[in-house]
Amino acid sequence: MRTLALSDEILMQVEKPARYIGNEINAVMKDREKVSVRFAMCFPDVYEIGMSHLGIQIIYDMLNRFEDVWCERVYSPWVDLDAVLRRERIPLFALESQDPVKEFDFLGITLQYEMCYTNILQVLDLSGIPLLAKDRTHEDPIVIGGGPCSYNPEPVCEFFDLFYIGEGETRYRELITLYEECRKAGEGRREFLRRAASLSGIYVPSLYEVSYKEDGTIEKMQPLCQQAPRRIVKELEKDLSNTYYPQKPVVPFIKVTQDRVVLEIQRGCIRGCRFCQAGQLYRPVRERSLDFLKEYALKMLENTGHDEISLSSLSSSDYTELPGLIDFLIDECRRRKINISLPSLRIDAFSLDVMNKVQDVKKSSLTFAPEAGSQRLRNIINKGLTEEAILQGAKLAFEGGWTRVKLYFMLGLPFEQEEDIRGIAELCNKIAAVFYETVPKEKRNGRVQIVASTSFFVPKPFTPFQWAPQCRKEDFLEKAYFTRKAISEQLNQKSIKYNWHEADASVMEGILARGDRRLNQVILKAYEKGCFYDAWSEYYKNDVWMEAFADCGIDPDFYTGRERGEDEIFPWDFIDCGVSRAFLYREWQKAKEETVTLNCAEECQGCGAARFGTGICIKVLGRGGNSNEGES
Amino acid sequence: MKVRVKFSKEGPIKFIGHLDVMRYFQKAIRRAGIDIAYSAGFSPHPILSFAAPLSVGYTSEGEYFDMELNSLDDIQRLKENLNAVMAEGIRIRDAAELPDGEKNAMASVAAAGYRMAFYDRVSLPADWKEKLSAFYQRERILVRKKTKKGEREVDLKEGIYDLKIRDNEVVMLLDAGSGSNVKPGFVLEAFCECEGIELPVFPFQIHRLETYKRKEDGRLVPLLGSGPWEK
Repeated sequence: MRTLALSDEILMQVEKPARYIGNEINAVMKDREKVSVRFAMCFPDVYEIGMSHLGIQIIYDMLNRFEDVWCERVYSPWVDLDAVLRRERIPLFALESQDPVKEFDFLGITLQYEMCYTNILQVLDLSGIPLLAKDRTHEDPIVIGGGPCSYNPEPVCEFFDLFYIGEGETRYRELITLYEECRKAGEGRREFLRRAASLSGIYVPSLYEVSYKEDGTIEKMQPLCQQAPRRIVKELEKDLSNTYYPQKPVVPFIKVTQDRVVLEIQRGCIRGCRFCQAGQLYRPVRERSLDFLKEYALKMLENTGHDEISLSSLSSSDYTELPGLIDFLIDECRRRKINISLPSLRIDAFSLDVMNKVQDVKKSSLTFAPEAGSQRLRNIINKGLTEEAILQGAKLAFEGGWTRVKLYFMLGLPFEQEEDIRGIAELCNKIAAVFYETVPKEKRNGRVQIVASTSFFVPKPFTPFQWAPQCRKEDFLEKAYFTRKAISEQLNQKSIKYNWHEADASVMEGILARGDRRLNQVILKAYEKGCFYDAWSEYYKNDVWMEAFADCGIDPDFYTGRERGEDEIFPWDFIDCGVSRAFLYREWQKAKEETVTLNCAEECQGCGAARFGTGICIKVLGRGGNSNEGES
Repeated sequence: MKVRVKFSKEGPIKFIGHLDVMRYFQKAIRRAGIDIAYSAGFSPHPILSFAAPLSVGYTSEGEYFDMELNSLDDIQRLKENLNAVMAEGIRIRDAAELPDGEKNAMASVAAAGYRMAFYDRVSLPADWKEKLSAFYQRERILVRKKTKKGEREVDLKEGIYDLKIRDNEVVMLLDAGSGSNVKPGFVLEAFCECEGIELPVFPFQIHRLETYKRKEDGRLVPLLGSGPWEK
């Protein structure tokens, strides 16, 4: 049996020791002597969160199919073990072999949200790897960043040797082969990085220099050597029905957030909501074939023993084969006593029928995400959901027996006015009214329950709102209080419950999201002062962050408080995510004009993603859509 | 029909708690393709019941659960199929169809055998074995036991059916009935307190040897198979 990195004594003292022992069902064990490359794949948050992430499962499965590679998993030790590891000077280890991370060839860290940035430093620190890439030697792993936040890697670029920009299925084989070649040829770390820089999708930050104007904005970003390209185009898997996908995902022993089989039905989104980063980054939308999904659903259920399967994608209702897939799953799952966990679907007769079949209506609630309270503001953000559709959906649902409705909104969207916020309260009230009109008194079992939640809007790179200012904390809170008051003035206010998110963490997320290289020192400082697990509100220390900014002489408002000019060079401009800046700017202008844009299935808008020659772009162009690609 | 399964749990997997072991077996049973029966209702769950929960950190070679099956080809094949999908550290040792009217595993539990050892970091007096023997030889071992209703004095001796020392290990047979269950750590803690031996946190390694039911004639026998407690 394996020997663990931690003693019984330590494991018995920490919460959930199962986080650290590895060897779950379908975890991959290899002989360390028989592989040439060891890859530690890290999600810099606690095990239960990290284990629920599909992307890592895909990459883990893919890398382990390579005979010469052994990919293992690493997560952030929870705060209790973190303290023990520091006190006892025990190096951070990978779950499978329990070997120290520092002995690995690669450490890949996925960046799923900005608030995990200090946890990157925690993982490096506990591993005994120098926090700054420039201080690393041949004894350290090559530290790779990936995931959605690597589309603006600049705020954390000094902590990474390289970034992999885009989808993981395509370029890892080449990167690892290059590493093996360099090692065989006796070439060092710097030479490897130099050569890696010329691979498509790979960004080596140390090979670029950034200069700034007097006003603090970027003057230019200059490659320092020939191998480093000026623009880095994201990697994209063209054929999602003919690529890597795990048939035997790892099954955790303890309950994790996503404790079920996850079937990714499509990647990308046709909708083009102007606040949404994912909707731009993963363009064009590509579907997986029904046959592929049927085969993988059954194999994954067989190989995991999970009692639940869920579908994953953006805007799942747009998946063209959805009815066929759901019929198949209902059929197969009923036989096997498997639950189907539905993604959020557009509420209409079809989805209500499906929900009726797979859920206990009494227990489940209905979810709408209007995001904004008024039609005007929904037009600004290009959210195609109308009040009529919401009320119609609610009516149908109430007739079908539902009594609980969840609504998601954002506060602080660009051009928001008091009227728009009041619209949130009014919409909730109207939905409640629909309930009381639709369901006769004798059939009611108490009040309808409406839960409205608001989050605070954070402008993200590669969205039409990347030019927009973000509200300050005080503005956000004022808006939340205004919302609460507006709800309390409604006739049906007793049926409405209102929740809002933390404001200061949303502002920090905004700073980090659109930050530049100068934030590296701030993040480092904040970490040194004790910040980590910032994504967990009980550990987020806003005052310490503010001190870190002050210590570094950096004004956080610079990153959030101002509207950016049309020609301002953004830190992330050197990355080409497929969608052109000109398209995004057009969308920004259309937002100002309160004009909506048709979605990809209706009409091509020439965003630029058509150059990948796949997915919806071929379909729409094929039936005579607009082939204008947009200048970049 | 009901099938009783005996399994062992050793190595790192001892850090998986009882509820997670139950979830683990629910999944393992599906992976093994066993035709288990499900409860009725909107969210049916497999009919599965475990004998005596094992604390996190304990190992065991005498764990049991019962499951209700719709059909069964061959009990030997069921055992093999389950073993083919086990995680390292968990082995199916035995499986047998239960006769009609047999009480379920949990209700049957009357006693459990344990093997315990002090970790090296515990500093013990040289004559601890003699002292422990003497402790066990007492007529009554009165200890204060915390219960939901507060503290009360109990005679620990009633719940210790046997205790012996083999090399550096303590082997005990303890009452494991519901309500009268004696935790193995509690016995040695009481001994150490009595002798003024200071214990660090998590001082013992604890291994469950077997789980017993009581026959009508009063004899203790394993939940599956035979074989008495070795006196």
